[in-house]
Amino acid sequence: MNRGIPQRPPAGALSLHIPEPPARPGQPPDFSRLVIPKAGEQPRPAFDAPASQLRDCAYGLVRVLDESGAAVGEWNPQLDAETLRGGLRHMLLTRSFDERMMRAQRQGKTSFYIKSTGEEAVSVAQAYALDPNDMLFPSYRQQGLLLARDWSMVDMMCQIYNNPGDRLKGRQLPIMYSVKEKGFFSISGNLGTQFPQAVGWAMASAYKHDTRIAAAWVGDGTTAEGDFHHALTFAAVYRAPVVLNVVNNQWAISSYQAIAGGDETTFAARAVGYGLPGLRVDGNDFLAVYAATRWAAQRARENHGATLLELFTYRVAPHSTSDDPSRYRPENEAEKWPLGDPIERLKQHLIVLGEWSEERHQALVAEVEEQVKAAQKEAEAQGTLGTAPASPATMFEDVFKDMPPHLRKQRQEAGF
Amino acid sequence: MATMNMIQAINSAMDVMLAKDPDVVVFGEDVGYFGGVFRATAGLQQKHGLTRVFDTPICEAGIIATAIGMGVYGLRPVAEIQFADYILPAFDQLVSEASRLRYRSGGEFWAPITVRTPCGGGIFGGQTHSQSPESIFTHVSGLKTVMPSNPYDAKGLLIAAIEEDDPVIFLEPKRIYNGPFDGHHDRPLTSWAKYPQSEVPEGHYRIPLGQAAMVRPGSACTILTYGTMVHVSLAAVAESGLDAEVIDLRTLFPLDVETIEASVKKTGRCVVVHEASRTSGLGAELMAVVQEQCFHHLEAPIQRVTGWDTPYPHAFEWQYFPGPDRVQAALKKVMED
Repeated sequence: MNRGIPQRPPAGALSLHIPEPPARPGQPPDFSRLVIPKAGEQPRPAFDAPASQLRDCAYGLVRVLDESGAAVGEWNPQLDAETLRGGLRHMLLTRSFDERMMRAQRQGKTSFYIKSTGEEAVSVAQAYALDPNDMLFPSYRQQGLLLARDWSMVDMMCQIYNNPGDRLKGRQLPIMYSVKEKGFFSISGNLGTQFPQAVGWAMASAYKHDTRIAAAWVGDGTTAEGDFHHALTFAAVYRAPVVLNVVNNQWAISSYQAIAGGDETTFAARAVGYGLPGLRVDGNDFLAVYAATRWAAQRARENHGATLLELFTYRVAPHSTSDDPSRYRPENEAEKWPLGDPIERLKQHLIVLGEWSEERHQALVAEVEEQVKAAQKEAEAQGTLGTAPASPATMFEDVFKDMPPHLRKQRQEAGF
Repeated sequence: MATMNMIQAINSAMDVMLAKDPDVVVFGEDVGYFGGVFRATAGLQQKHGLTRVFDTPICEAGIIATAIGMGVYGLRPVAEIQFADYILPAFDQLVSEASRLRYRSGGEFWAPITVRTPCGGGIFGGQTHSQSPESIFTHVSGLKTVMPSNPYDAKGLLIAAIEEDDPVIFLEPKRIYNGPFDGHHDRPLTSWAKYPQSEVPEGHYRIPLGQAAMVRPGSACTILTYGTMVHVSLAAVAESGLDAEVIDLRTLFPLDVETIEASVKKTGRCVVVHEASRTSGLGAELMAVVQEQCFHHLEAPIQRVTGWDTPYPHAFEWQYFPGPDRVQAALKKVMED
């Protein structure tokens, strides 16, 4: 007879701990465990301070925008209104782009899409804080980097549609962009592999006495991968000029961040054991993300090596179009996220500054939506995965620089 | 010209490339100051500098990943994995990343990396210092896999590999670093100095990837082999008195199908010889190629001589290793069938 596992273990017996999120579907969202320090509370250390003096940063939270929308504290990057409005615009563009492409997938125009809703400040503010020539090694939810670097939306959409205009020739899953001319590395789709590659790129840049640095992104879940730790080891050993980002959006598909170890310590604190500085940042605060990234970039550029940034945010979107979050988390959890919405917060800040209004905001929303709509029309004129995908004639190219005889033969066999 | 063993030839290839191209960097475990556990990088750090030839953490996946990143930047990294047996932690970076980067990015990015790694048995290294993992790489589209069998080829192929814009797995049969081991483990090893292949130019030269070499012309049958087994096969041929043709594949992928086809069509018989275990080994692919290209010319079923389908057993090295007797038995069979 199967006696099963006793509900209550006998005294002195071991018990296995399986982390569970505070709330599941049907329960009210519960973020009471989170400790959210006040905006402006955390001091801003000198960018060249030794990592041994920065350990506390890994357990704090860099925040600049307070509840009223004012920018407070030492981390305030003092950005001018023009830059702030630019950031707002790129975040809105990213959100609008996401909405349209999600809908396009639902309409059968492509197979797959990933939204970054609620995480727009991460990509956009970081793109603003890095130099335009710095090399980006993104994961799959950093489309805002490309949009903030003013890359063509039509080009991105053609990739999503795998149509004849797809620069990746129909070979890659939608959204796995690659844009060399914008310093945007080819997205793998495997998790975390780009993290140590970014370190290698940064080592090469240092070897060549270049001035460009690298930046790379993974999610909270991917910090459990070996590649994450390999990256930190090499980055520390060789003082590689790289900004290593963990976007902690609380959810890795259906696994909440404690399944990657997030209840035991912070992800920023992973840096401490490697002798790297780790900064934990309010990821929904455009100014905090900008300031922390700028700090880490300056540190890297002036030969003080790598920084691990944990961008503390919330994945409002499903993991992808193949995911239904209502199956594993409370439906209204996003609304209760205590750090708010990045777009709303930056908008409020600009209003507080007297540099923005509700009317101007609505006009901007309408404008970016038109812009995205026009781009979509242009991209769809070149075809979609559902109607006119890219030609398979190039399927055998680029496996190697020059096509070896066996591939020429197989191409012939395939009829191209 | 200088007389070099295989280690010296490999060292010379890196030395030449470090001098020729400032974008070449060499790194791996114990590779820097010490010069590598097999001495392949001896003296290179002292000559070319700390940032060009350096030690890495014991982290094969990190070594390959950083090499890819450096390659993306524009360098030509030469990474050493201390033993081919240790390459598996880096497998994902090689298979999912280095090999596919050019393809998945539509030709925007690529990883011009060379991964040198000593392979094969015959040194009493047990199961973790003896394996021949070539076929797990030849199965991957986007990787080139090379295994030289002598000092002259080793240098020319390694230079070509470093200059290649695609990732190359460069497998070095460590049993023949010092001399052409022919499988007779009970006899003293003759050093490379006694063989013409140890005459190696000191400067730059290339042996193009993708070209096999005919090391012994013959008419009775064709032996397709590579690495250490080239010398084992030559010994078996000499001992059998058979006029067999021996082809050293040198590049295991992409294969030189033309040379294979011409030889087997001429002889009508074929034996495939490799040290790696049998099932799904490169031999299976070679037999398939011969069958596809030469079926109507074959006089007998193709034979293969390989390591057994077991882990490499330490105390039973010579029962595992496919020595000249096993090659001779296959030659006899292919001639009798």
